[in-house]
Amino acid sequence: MSDMAISTNNLTKKFGDFTAVDHVSFGVKKAEIFGLLGPNGAGKSTAIRMLSTLSIPTEGSATVAGFDVQKEDGKVREHIGLVSEKMIMYDELTARENLKLFGNLYDIPSDVLAKRIDKLLSFVRMEKWADHRIDTFSTGMKQRINVIRALVNQPEILFLDEPTLGLDPQSTAEIRELIRRINIENNTTMVLTTHMMGEADMLCNRIGIMDHGKIVALDTSANLKRSISGNDATLFEFEIPNLDTSILSSVESLKSVSSVVRHDATHIKVSSVGNDSFDTLVDALRKNGAQIRTVKNLEPTLEDVFLHITGHEVREEASKAPEPVRRGGPGGWRPNRRVR
Amino acid sequence: MGVRRVLRHSAWICWKDLLEFSRSKLRLVMLVLMPLFMMMMVGFIFPTGSTISHTPVALANQDVAVNGISLGGDLVSNLTDANNKTGMMDLRVAAGFDDIKTMIQDGKVSGGVIVPPNFTADMLAGRQGYITLMTDQSNPQTSAMIQSVLTKLIEQLGSRVAEDNLNQTYNVSGLEAKAVLMPYSVQIRGIVPGNPNYFEFVAPGIMAMVVMMSLMTGLPHAISYEKDMGTLDGMLVAPTSRWAIILGKVLAQSTRGMIQGFIILLMAVLLFGVVIHGSILLVILLILLTVFSFVGLGILITSFADKEETATMVMMTLMFPMMFLSGVFFPVQQMPSYMQTLAGFLPLTYAASAMRKVMVLGAGVQAITPEIIILAVFGIVLLTVAVPMFKRAMNR
Repeated sequence: MSDMAISTNNLTKKFGDFTAVDHVSFGVKKAEIFGLLGPNGAGKSTAIRMLSTLSIPTEGSATVAGFDVQKEDGKVREHIGLVSEKMIMYDELTARENLKLFGNLYDIPSDVLAKRIDKLLSFVRMEKWADHRIDTFSTGMKQRINVIRALVNQPEILFLDEPTLGLDPQSTAEIRELIRRINIENNTTMVLTTHMMGEADMLCNRIGIMDHGKIVALDTSANLKRSISGNDATLFEFEIPNLDTSILSSVESLKSVSSVVRHDATHIKVSSVGNDSFDTLVDALRKNGAQIRTVKNLEPTLEDVFLHITGHEVREEASKAPEPVRRGGPGGWRPNRRVR
Repeated sequence: MGVRRVLRHSAWICWKDLLEFSRSKLRLVMLVLMPLFMMMMVGFIFPTGSTISHTPVALANQDVAVNGISLGGDLVSNLTDANNKTGMMDLRVAAGFDDIKTMIQDGKVSGGVIVPPNFTADMLAGRQGYITLMTDQSNPQTSAMIQSVLTKLIEQLGSRVAEDNLNQTYNVSGLEAKAVLMPYSVQIRGIVPGNPNYFEFVAPGIMAMVVMMSLMTGLPHAISYEKDMGTLDGMLVAPTSRWAIILGKVLAQSTRGMIQGFIILLMAVLLFGVVIHGSILLVILLILLTVFSFVGLGILITSFADKEETATMVMMTLMFPMMFLSGVFFPVQQMPSYMQTLAGFLPLTYAASAMRKVMVLGAGVQAITPEIIILAVFGIVLLTVAVPMFKRAMNR
């Protein structure tokens, strides 16, 4: 247990009849970046709020930095930092004043605090802006201050709730880089929530996939992907400009094919088994008059993992979601199967 | 968690709130303008005392002279002379009842005086001379004032005539005649020097009210706003007591309220000629006590209202009855008895009354002990209810 920074036991939060977090048990190792991945409303933020003592669990327990979140909430607070979805900053104060306020709430001696604030500001290259008001900053600059604000007490564990939400691509990359640097330089344990597959894939050592308040899968990104592809199944994406139902059904009827997903008017994703599966596929397509423009041999993405496990897309706007044309055969890539 | 630590944290939170507040010039200007407007509004809009000035009044003299004697004409000229000295009315000549009626309907005059045709005849025959006052029923306040002013004026003129009669008939001196006619004479003397002034009445109440408002609007706003913005989480996730947060906010809001209170005090003295007869120290202590008695209510609203909008609505609903029922603008004693009972349940009633006693009447601690006790009890009871509520609300 000593290598665990966080462990939860049947952690549950109910709001009236609605169960936001449903008997969740997991552990976060020291110095790892742990991702909670899931769509909006999956319970990620509620889980983080309980772990950071902002919300009292309805049931179950959690230990953070060796302290119980309910019985020793004061102790927990000394060891954690929170980067919330909403920025925790006062717009009309300067960057330095913001850092100073929060530093003082942690009872850091003023000389130590002053030095630490300078160090944190230079860490994110914001020294020049230290005495400017937050409301004069760009969103990316604000988020950099927001992140170092959570580091003012040098926390062992940093909670990040959707840290790149609403940022432009450049700032997003910057913040991700910052998160990685904090993790490497300070050995800070991090719990990060995101609904972005790429972000979880890029940053997290291990990922817990959350859906409807439950953690439905938990492993490293590589293991999660491996778990759905099976040993011999391969995933191809074909671009066929003249795609029609007869071409589709010809592919579906192949014995080697375990599932076909039509992405849009011209793209299909095919999961097939066997060493000669690619040849068989191409033969079948050509025989039915399909003009193949491009072919990709796909590695399964976390998106596929999520779809595979939960049966639905991560994003709520499911209108553009691939429509499962056929449920796969045994051992294949089956979109609607739930895994325990 | 040590008390000193809570105090230190609350001081930092107060520092933050005041710093944030001071960053907007507009807010600072409003901090001064709000009490100024308030004083001007209540000081000038509400009728100050029972005086009228240059109010148009119609005067119809229908008296018919008897043997060259016109007592009605004497009355009218005396009335005009007396009025010219005070400038209370602008007298306009009218023909009679119907004429004055039209003038009142047209809004040209606020009332009228009619000296009837048989005025001189009646008086010479040893009867009373009747005079008719006409009033504008659509404006009861002005009517009442004109009525009292004219009645008093005509009575004065009447007793002067009587004095002359006594003097001539029985050869008694003017002073003796006065003593015969009006054996009682009333002199008015306040317990502190100076004439009563509406600002003196209203300024202490407004001070108490501004302190109340800054706590009742400021506190729920400050906390629910931070809750909505998400910044409250930053404080809650730090090893800071919930009490340090609320205390910090209370300190910041009280400071604001007290600054406004003192601006009112200063303006009352410098601009509106209010004289403070009591001890300034006692006034400050009373302001602090007022803060204490309202803190619980502020926290209670904060705990109930999850969103800023809700908090604002709850506070508005509570604040207006409090403002008008507590005797800040109108004396509680003049309200109907059931309203007086209701006013008895509002802490502001006691805060305003104690403040007034100290500032206007120069009262000491003994005189306001009941108010002090009641305010303290209000504070303790409200806090006892509010504390667990707040704790529950913070842990959702």
